[in-house]
Amino acid sequence: MPPVSSPGDNGWTPDQPLVRLMDVRKSFGELEVLKGVSMDVAKGEAVCIIGPSGSGKSTLIRCINALVPIDSGTIRVEGQEVNDPELDKLTLRRKVGMVFQQYNLFPHRTALQNVMMAPIHVLKQDKKEVEARARALMAKVRLSGKENAYPGELSGGQQQRVAIARALAMRPDVMLFDEVTAALDPETVKEVLVTIRELAEEGMTCILVTHEMGFAREVADHVYFTDAGLIVEHGPPASFFSDPRDPRTREFLGQIL
Amino acid sequence: MAMDAISHWFLELYETTGINLTIVYDAYDRKRFLSGLGMTVYLSVVCILISIAIGMVGAWAQGSPLRVVRGLVNGFVVVFRNTPPLVQIFFFYFGLGQILPRIEDADGMRVPILTNVQWAIVSLSLFAGAFNVEIFRSGIEAVPRTTTEAAQALGYTRFGIYRHVLLPLAVRICLPALNNNLVNLLKTTTLAYAIAVPETLYVSKQIWTDSQNVPVMMIVLLCVYTALVGILVFIMHRWEKALAIPGYGQGGAR
Repeated sequence: MPPVSSPGDNGWTPDQPLVRLMDVRKSFGELEVLKGVSMDVAKGEAVCIIGPSGSGKSTLIRCINALVPIDSGTIRVEGQEVNDPELDKLTLRRKVGMVFQQYNLFPHRTALQNVMMAPIHVLKQDKKEVEARARALMAKVRLSGKENAYPGELSGGQQQRVAIARALAMRPDVMLFDEVTAALDPETVKEVLVTIRELAEEGMTCILVTHEMGFAREVADHVYFTDAGLIVEHGPPASFFSDPRDPRTREFLGQIL
Repeated sequence: MAMDAISHWFLELYETTGINLTIVYDAYDRKRFLSGLGMTVYLSVVCILISIAIGMVGAWAQGSPLRVVRGLVNGFVVVFRNTPPLVQIFFFYFGLGQILPRIEDADGMRVPILTNVQWAIVSLSLFAGAFNVEIFRSGIEAVPRTTTEAAQALGYTRFGIYRHVLLPLAVRICLPALNNNLVNLLKTTTLAYAIAVPETLYVSKQIWTDSQNVPVMMIVLLCVYTALVGILVFIMHRWEKALAIPGYGQGGAR
C-alpha cells in the first residue's frame, strides 16, 4: 500500500493552496484549449468555474486529476506535482474525487457496489468496513433503500448522487464536479445541488464547473470566469456577480442571468 | 430386462424395415459410439474454455501500450482467422508434430510430445480463440469511453479497469457473437477426424464401414450434432439471462 501522504512529506502544509495551477497550457492538435491558466484553491474552499462552452472549463478540471495530460505549466495537489512522470497516479487520484456530467456509474453493479468497488479493489480496504461506510454515504446522499438498485433503475439525479457517494468513498481531499447537473431534468438538479452544497458546507474542498449561476452565487467562495482558454476574471461571488469588470464577463452574465 | 427388450425391438426394426441402428442393439457399436460422443463433448468443453481464455487475454493484450504486444496479437488473429482450420490441424499434427523432439514414455517408447487429441485441442482452441479475441474486442469497444474514465478517476490500474469494468460489460455486449463462434467451434471438432481423433464422426465412420448402414448413421450424426448444439445454445442463453442487468440493455424488465 502506498504511504498516505501527510502534510509535510513534500513540504506542503494545509495553509498553502490545496490545488495550485501555474501557467497551465494544453492543446488538442492545433487548438490551444488552455492558454496559461493559473489558480489557487485553498483547503475547504468551494470554487466555481463558469464560462461559455468551449472555453476550456472541462479540460481545466480534468487536468487536475491527470485525466488530461498538460503540455506545460505545473499543477500541484497538496504540493504533489500532477504531471510528474514518476507520480503514482493512484496516490493522486485517491486524493481527488471526480463526478462527471454523464454520471458514468458502472451499470453492472448495484448502487451500493458502485460505492464499494474502488475502496475494495484499489485501496484494498476491508470489505465490512467499506460496506458500513458505503451505507452511511448512501444515507448521506439520501438514497437509503436504493442500495440494491442498479444504475439503470435509478433516475438521473439519483445516479448522480450515487456517483458523488462513490467518489466520497475514496475519502478524497478535493472533489471535482464537471457540469454534474447539465444532463439532469430541471426538477432533479436541485437534489444534486443540495448534496453538493452540504459537502461544501462541511468543509470539503470543491471545484465545480457549472452553469448554475444561482448555485455559484450562493455556495462558492470564489468564482472564476474562463473564456477562450484564459481566466478572464475571478473573485468572491458577491463582487463577481454584482460588479463584473471585464466586458466579456459582463456580456456572458448578461446573456445568462 | 429393459435393455434386452429395447435391443430386441431395434433388431426387429432392422429386420422388418432395414433401418440398422447397431449403435442401439449392438453392445460393441454402442460402446464405440458413446465413447466417440464423449470425445466430442470433451474436445468441445476443453476447447471452449481455452478459447474463451485466449479471447480474454488477447483482447486485453490488444489494448497494451506496447506496440510489439499489439502486433503479436494482431498477427495471431490474422494467421488463425485467414487460414482453413483443417490446414491448421494438419500443420500442428503433421508439421509441428514431426519437427518437435520425441520423448520417452513410461515403457521407454519414443512417443511424440503431444498426442493427436492434444494437438486437436491446441489447434481448435487457437482457431476459435483468434475469433474470440475479435469478439471480445468488439465488446470492449462498445463500452463508453467515459465509463473507463470514471474508473481511471477512481484510481483503477489498466488491469483493474479491464477486470472489474471493461470485461464484465464487454462479455454482456458480445455474448450473441461469442455464442455463434462457440457453436461453430463445437461443429469444427469433427475436423479432428482428419488426425484420427476418435470423436463422434470418426467412430461413426468405423461403425458404418463395419455395418454398411451409411444413410442411417448420417441421420444419427445430424441428430446428434443438432442436439449437442441445442444444449450449448441453451446453456449460453441461461448464462446470458444470468448476466442480464436490470435497467440495462436486454435486462430492461426485472
